Formats: sequence, C-alpha cells, structure tokens
Amino acid sequence: MDLSVAIGPLRLKNPVIAASGCFGYGVEYADAVDLSSLGAIAVKGLFLAEREGHPAPRIVETPAGMLNAIGLQGIGVRRFVDEKLPELRARQATVIVNVCGTTLDEYVEVSKILSDAEGVAAIELNISCPNIKEGGIQFGCSLHGTHDVVSAVRKATRLPLIPKLTPNVTDVASFARAAEEAGADAVSLVNTFLAMVIDVETRRPKISNIVGGLSGPAIRPIAVRMVYECRQTVKVPIVGMGGIADARDALEFMIAGATAVQVGTANFVDPFIWPKLVDGMRAYGERHRIERIADLVGSLDTRKRDHEWISS
Amino acid sequence: MPIDVAAPVIANRPLSSDYNVLALAAPAIAASAAPGQFVMVKAAAGFDPLLRRPFSVFEILRDETGTPTGLSILSKRIGPSTRLLYDARPGDRVAVLGPLGRPFTIVEPPVEAWMIAGGVGLAPFATLVEALRARGVKTTLFYGARTGAELFHLDFFRAHDVDLALATEDGSVGEPARIVSPLDRRLHARPADAPLMLYACGPEGMLAATARVAKRHHRPCQVSVERVMGCGMGGCYSCVVPIRGDHGGFHHVRSCLAGPVFAADQIIWD
Repeated sequence: MDLSVAIGPLRLKNPVIAASGCFGYGVEYADAVDLSSLGAIAVKGLFLAEREGHPAPRIVETPAGMLNAIGLQGIGVRRFVDEKLPELRARQATVIVNVCGTTLDEYVEVSKILSDAEGVAAIELNISCPNIKEGGIQFGCSLHGTHDVVSAVRKATRLPLIPKLTPNVTDVASFARAAEEAGADAVSLVNTFLAMVIDVETRRPKISNIVGGLSGPAIRPIAVRMVYECRQTVKVPIVGMGGIADARDALEFMIAGATAVQVGTANFVDPFIWPKLVDGMRAYGERHRIERIADLVGSLDTRKRDHEWISS
Repeated sequence: MPIDVAAPVIANRPLSSDYNVLALAAPAIAASAAPGQFVMVKAAAGFDPLLRRPFSVFEILRDETGTPTGLSILSKRIGPSTRLLYDARPGDRVAVLGPLGRPFTIVEPPVEAWMIAGGVGLAPFATLVEALRARGVKTTLFYGARTGAELFHLDFFRAHDVDLALATEDGSVGEPARIVSPLDRRLHARPADAPLMLYACGPEGMLAATARVAKRHHRPCQVSVERVMGCGMGGCYSCVVPIRGDHGGFHHVRSCLAGPVFAADQIIWD
C-alpha cells in the first residue's frame, strides 16, 4: 500500500500532518513521537518578532470540542531557525512552517527568511487566525486581501505555498479560488470557527480573549463539507482538517477531496495518535484493495444508489 | 518520556461529598514519578469530556516488597471530568499520561521544609513529605480549607512526624483564618539564620499571598501552579504563566514544561 501523496511539489511519505498550533515546534514531542514517521509537521505560527499572546485562561472545553484563544504566542522566525530547525533537521522531520503577519510586508519578510533556511519543506500562510486583532484573518476574510498576500509571498519564495483558509466566511471555495489564482500550490482548511462560551453563574467569558476558535470533533462535518466544496472549485491539492480523531475521520476528508490531512486537537488527547492514524489508513487501503492512498482523494460516490436487497 | 496507560481503577475512596482519592494501577508511571510531577487523566473514553485533566500525583502505591503498583490522585468535584472520577468504580479504566512536568527541588538538612496547602492543593505534599522525611528534613504543613471536614489525610502527615498548622475559613478546626496568617506569624518568629524552604500549592490567591510573605521574610519558595491545561506536553500553549523577563517585561511560559513547580519570585502575581 503506497501511502505517499503530493501536495503540489511537496511529496509526503503519508498524508498525516501535525496541525499548526497543536504540536508546538515539534521538538516538544521529539521524545514521544518519531517525527520522521509523520507525513509532515506544521509548526506553530511565526511572526518576525516574538509574541507573548493572550493571558490565561486560553482554552475552554465545549461539547466534543474546545475553544482556544492563544493569541499566536511564538518565538519569532529567527529564533525558530536558530533554535528549533536544527533539531527538526536532525530528526528528519518534514517541516511546514506556518507564517503569520500583521502586514503584507511581514508575511513576505518571514517567508524570505524561511526560504533561506535549511530544512523548511513548505510554507503554510496563516491568513485565518481568529484570535488576533491585526493581520491574519483580515487578509483571509477578503478575497482581495487573500489574493494580495498570496501573490506577494509567491513572488518572494519558491517554497511550496499553502494558504490556510478560515471557515468564518460565507463561501470558503471562493477564497480557495482566490488563493489558487494568486499562485498557491495548495490550500489548507479549515482553521477554527469563531465561537464563545460564557459562565452563566459569573456572567464572565470563559477565556480571556472573550471569543476564540472552536476545534475538535464537533466541527468535523462542517469542515468535511467545506473541503468538498473547495474540491469542486479548485484544481490545487487541499489539505483538510477539522476534528479528525482517528483514521476513519482522516479518510472521510480524503474521500471529500483532501490530498492530505492535519490533526490538531486529537493530539492533545492522545500524543501517541500518529502511528495509529497511519496504520489505520494502511489497514483500510488493504481491506478495500486500494494500491495508492492518493487514488482515494475526491472519490466520493454521489451516483444514485440502486435499490438494495438488504436494507442498510 | 511520558507513558500512556489505560489504568484500571484499584479503589475509589470518597473523602467528602466533593473530594475523593482515586487509586489507579499505573505502576510504570508511579515508578518514575517525582514529587511535584503530574499526570493527565482522561475520565472516560469518547468525546465528552474530550480533553484530559491535570492532577498532581497524590500517593505512590506499593506492594509489601515496596515495588510501585500504582498511584492515586486527589480529586475535587468541580466539572464533568471530576464528576466522572468521583463516581468511578474499581475495574473502570482511566487513561493516565505521565509523569509530566518539573518536580520540586528537595532540600537537605539542616534546611527545614514548610509546606503550605490550600484545599485540593494538598495533593503534591504526600509524596514530597516522604522524600523530605527520607532525608531527615524537619517538616511543617500549613494546611487551610473551607471547613474542618475538608482537612484530609492528617493522620498520614502526623505519622511522618510532620508538624501541623491548620486553619479553616469557618473556624471549625484550627485557626479561623486564611492559612497565610499562621505562616506569616511563624516566619516572624523564626531566626533569620535558620535555613528554610517553603513549598506552596493551592488557589491562585493563596499562592500570591504566600509569595508576598516569602519575599517579605527573604525566604525561598517553590510554588506548584494549577492552570487550565489542554495537553500537558507543550503542544497547546494554554497553561501559560507570566514570568519576569531578564530586562523588565514578562514572558509567558508553559506550566506543563517549565512547571508546574516554579520559584515564587519568578512569577508575576497580579
């Protein structure tokens, strides 16, 4: 069973990627997980400068999900290149760096620094974080903004470029198209859904930022639908995510049209989930006699069903 | 490296209508846990509740030869996970990930150890006392709770020759005060050249007050903080604590990796 997939020019040994913001800089998990066994790891979003993010509390649990507003705490791109990238290289991890910016110029500058660094496989462009005031989602919620930031970074780097889209828009597929037209090699979706939890006893918000991004199994059906819509609209590969908790969930995204998947919240619950996901995909492929997992991508069967003899 | 075990519940002992001690058969975790470290516990399979919760290791359970057979946690019923843990039955399986975090630094004689516990913040001190007493360190426990009925495990500490100073908010046992009051008084009375280490765990307000008192008396103090924690592994960045920067300002550090034990004077207490 061939588990390898191609995200544009980026070849992955399997479709399983650790989601940005859910796996630190990867090094935190290096003792628990063989980083080279993952298709790739998407490290925590990086600006030019260090950021401290929002005060605690930053997360709250919701039914089958969680709300977070971390505020993109991070060490800045230069410290990442100096302090984290060497260990990731030594561990033979395929590294996707999530790039943030408060301005268009900052996205370009961060991307240039990463293009000159050794050991970066691709850039995921974060235009979808719901939890910061400036940049990010301001680009991701406007078709022009999306086009402008993707084209600007496209001119600045030859690395595979994967804009990460927000679901907090009316028609996510039109944003996928804008990214594709601006030169993206792929798109990844979804980032979290803007949401809110209130403690009714105290009438206070449960997280310091008042609102945050919802993730986890609760959002999965919405995310699958959005991946499916984008698959109808763009030709570039899609990296699907949103509430994946086991191999079947991952396969659902692939059948809907995702070439690879990212897993975030489930890693919080089970840091040893990675081989289980890969093994589960392999077992499915063997059971269904699929030689290449890539053949599963977008294979949703919407033909009218014949009447069946056995009710199901 | 932490271990993840689907640990069978050995016993569940209710201490009150809110508190219970849950004994879990996780010998490999117990064998490598140090005082102050924690475990991430998932109360039930499935998505509700979804996340694990952090708990200090309360006791290391041993068989008659002294070999670790498991560990216990001290839980207070405050939400869905702790409700499930309160109702857990022997034989139920509970996912336990650990040991995690940086443990307490354990002093040697002639340094004395004074532990300050508030409510469920008692949890890390049973294993700490064993480590301190094994080294012959003279220890005192300042222990505060809402009522006398919520002061637990006192016989254990007495059996380990721990000097007890108790306080309750309703005055039913010990001093009718917050626990920092007797601590402050005893610190006043102690000669400045008699070495001492303070260890504190409890609600944020108690930790902040303890840190202030420790600073005023020029005493070192280690605090074990409790934060809303998503993963325990450094992945989610939810459990941050503001730490003083080298040149003013502050940094947010993850209490799962840099803590849960911190030097009290590192933390910026609001």
